[in-house]
Amino acid sequence: MMIYGTALLAICTLIGISIGEELGSFLGVKANVGGVGFAMLLLILTTSWLIKRGRFRPLSAEGIQFWSGIYIPIVVAMSAKQNVVVAMKGGPAAIVAGVLGVGISFAMIPYVNRIGAPKDALPAMLEEVPTENMR
Amino acid sequence: MIELLRHTMEANGLLTAFVVVGVMMWVSNWISKTLTGGRLHGSAIAVFGGLILAYVGGVTTGGKNGITDIPFFAGIGLMGGAMFRDFAIVATAFGASFEDLKRSGVSVMIALALGITVSFVSGAGAAYAFGYHDAVTLCTIGAGAATYIVGPVTGTALGASSEAIALSIAAGLVKAIVVMIATPHLAKKLQLNNPHTAMVYGGMMGTHSGIAAGLQATDPKLMPYGLMAAAFYTGLGCLVCPSIFYFILLRLLP
Repeated sequence: MMIYGTALLAICTLIGISIGEELGSFLGVKANVGGVGFAMLLLILTTSWLIKRGRFRPLSAEGIQFWSGIYIPIVVAMSAKQNVVVAMKGGPAAIVAGVLGVGISFAMIPYVNRIGAPKDALPAMLEEVPTENMR
Repeated sequence: MIELLRHTMEANGLLTAFVVVGVMMWVSNWISKTLTGGRLHGSAIAVFGGLILAYVGGVTTGGKNGITDIPFFAGIGLMGGAMFRDFAIVATAFGASFEDLKRSGVSVMIALALGITVSFVSGAGAAYAFGYHDAVTLCTIGAGAATYIVGPVTGTALGASSEAIALSIAAGLVKAIVVMIATPHLAKKLQLNNPHTAMVYGGMMGTHSGIAAGLQATDPKLMPYGLMAAAFYTGLGCLVCPSIFYFILLRLLP
């Protein structure tokens, strides 16, 4: 059932965010420390464990894939509710922040690429090429 | 009739939000295809459209919550709120596997760690140079320079202002656009023609939409490799930015 996937996703998100909250109060900061990251970690671990045991049906996966498929629209909605008028004065900072990192990152790729070749050939992932323009 | 529809749409805000954002996505994809020949991904145009909408809302109402201060668009606040956002972002991790990451070699892991650090440091550094000096704002913009997802997640986690979150989205958006446009031109120089390099590239860049569009224009067969690294980048970013990086910033700032 599709809801199994969605429920699993919700459990992982709730636990992850709880870990972040707990870690925040443990470390004495008013923040959710890495909650979403923990949640993602949990989701990867639980789903790959279930898939390996053949307990995760494609239909359950659809209950997760729907949400991953609409993350861009959700980010669009999130952008539309920000205080952009006040943020405008920081526009140049945002542009420099964006460009600077990309420039350095591009320059580093050849060096990182040379560090270590993969042990085995990477698996073919052709079938996973998204046909749609956008997730 | 129109009054009735308007009333219904206001009373069912979340559904109205789905319609509004759906139309925005459609228009953005159309612009992407016809005006940019697909070079600028529809997703980047749509996120930009979201920021414009927020600006319009702010100017017309004088409020702080972008377009959602207009009652008709209030549902966008729920759709783009922290709950749905975190839920959808966690979902993007589905399909990534640690075994594939291990198999791809140590260079991809180095690329991930280095990619996030480089983007964060240059983003936070730029923000500092432009006069933002509090740890929460710097951390949010630095995380935004990683991706426009890691930025807002970090900002919300740290209780940043909406202004800081807007800037982090903008920084991530600029990054995504640069990656989209530059990748096909740099592909030859970077020898971006094999799965391994695609994963290193994905790990260094991390921006899902930028990588998707960049590799689509370079060699669509490389897309899944770059995108898998991007999924790990997002996860790692959401993990380290509002934690380790934030604590380091707290230490560094007076």
